[in-house]
Amino acid sequence: MSAPAHRPAKAERTMWTTRVRERAVREMPPEKLLPDRQPSYVSSWIYVFGVVTIAAFAVVVASGVILGLKGPEWWHLTGLGHFVNSMHLWAVEIFFFAMVVHLWGKFFMGAWRGGRSRTWVTGAITFLVAIGAAFTGYVSQQNFDSQWIAFEAKDGLNAVGIGSFFNVANFGQMYTWHVILLPTVVVLLIVGHVLLVRRTGVVPPYAARLAKAPPAATATAAGAATGAEDA
Amino acid sequence: MPDPVKPPAFPDERAPWPGPFVRYDLVKELVVALGVVLAVVVALTVLFSSPDEPPVTIQSWSKAAPADFLGVAVSELNRTSGVATYGPPYNEGTGSVQKIGPISLQEAAGVKVPIETAKDYVLEPLHEVPGAPRLRAALAAYEQAPAALQEKWAANYEKALPEARFVAGVPVLPPGRYGPVAPMMASLLAMGQSGALDGALLAGGHHFYATDYTKPLLFVSAGEYFEKLAEHQHLLGTQWGMMNETGSYPGQVWLWLFSFWYQVEPFKSSSNADALIFMVMGVLSLAFICIPFIPGLNRLPRRLGVYRLIWRDHYREVES
Repeated sequence: MSAPAHRPAKAERTMWTTRVRERAVREMPPEKLLPDRQPSYVSSWIYVFGVVTIAAFAVVVASGVILGLKGPEWWHLTGLGHFVNSMHLWAVEIFFFAMVVHLWGKFFMGAWRGGRSRTWVTGAITFLVAIGAAFTGYVSQQNFDSQWIAFEAKDGLNAVGIGSFFNVANFGQMYTWHVILLPTVVVLLIVGHVLLVRRTGVVPPYAARLAKAPPAATATAAGAATGAEDA
Repeated sequence: MPDPVKPPAFPDERAPWPGPFVRYDLVKELVVALGVVLAVVVALTVLFSSPDEPPVTIQSWSKAAPADFLGVAVSELNRTSGVATYGPPYNEGTGSVQKIGPISLQEAAGVKVPIETAKDYVLEPLHEVPGAPRLRAALAAYEQAPAALQEKWAANYEKALPEARFVAGVPVLPPGRYGPVAPMMASLLAMGQSGALDGALLAGGHHFYATDYTKPLLFVSAGEYFEKLAEHQHLLGTQWGMMNETGSYPGQVWLWLFSFWYQVEPFKSSSNADALIFMVMGVLSLAFICIPFIPGLNRLPRRLGVYRLIWRDHYREVES
């Protein structure tokens, strides 16, 4: 049965699909989702580190998928497997390096100003979840390093009751956290974080230091100094 | 109304940018970043590879340090080991229970990974040894003896162990009242050196597949041999081990703050160090997430002034 060419506008508006589409387009029009221009102040190397973080994460996931598909023992037994594991390790190191620089950069910019607090919050949570993702990878290596890390970490986790359900010596548990659960959370957080950046735009610079500010600008700067920069 | 070609000196943080725009190819930036990162990763891989120190097995441990192995094994049998007295989540002991003030989250979580050291590490594995009538008799004698006598035999054995000699791999202790513990330990050592104990602890004798290494890991890690290997690899807690990797590779360097607390007082000498440090890191992590909402901290970047370096072109233009 073919759909009618035109539905009554009211009926269309009540459809869930229509509502979701219209809201998505309203909140995130294509030119906002993928803009081809940025404010003139976006001209520092510090802005590159967010993209480098995503690029490194892509290499982490790609190398991790290969390691996962070949099975957890493959990289111990073959030269190619060891090479892919090494790529996984170095991509993780670059991922964290780039993310830390990105976070410091955003801190120094006060990037949560002007209603952008959710962007900071999602970024900070991504960092913490990524630490968990890396940790579960370290205890899933199946070598001496993973034995020792599991041995050391168990006391901390047991001391606060986490060890009762998050057992670092249980490879099956840790591998599931590492290859499925935590990466999925990181991906969702990164997607949400990027969409928030696109929606609210890149935070503008703080007010300039001029000998004499115009009256309207003085009011704006005063507002910022009394709390406008809070979230 | 600001000049559309000149950036505003006092931009409204909530309003759309009224100043000039520049071309910015996000997709190209991502693709180039991906290419550069991939090239750097491959270069680092070719240059430095990655570490892969083989794990310690019960077999390798019992062969390299049989006296250490026997010391741990007899303490597991006598229920005096670190695991036997640990507490939750392994058992009802109190040896490693930690508290934050009067509260123990460890005890509240309960015993969820039960381990009965004498049964799991010694008695059950020995019962799996086929044949061996002398071992069967020794096990029967041990299991039928009163608990006090069992403890005495094991304690005597543990005390005499530093004087043990190994003749063709078999432990020979000075004459003493060890009862059936001596032949049991000799059999367990043989089982360990053959590799059979690795499989027995992992599978528990009831499974084909296994992925839970809790029992063998806790057993292996109780020995001095394991700790000495870690010390050699600068992995101990006192060596900032949490953020290190075997060899000279960068490990989880992002855990530096976590490791830091273990190096300083009052945590360094506290019996509740793990619980306290987890609490401190929990509070700090929450503060990190909530920076935009913390008065003072959310305005710190303006005072620090690093932003003027980041946006130096912008300020040069609007302040000229």
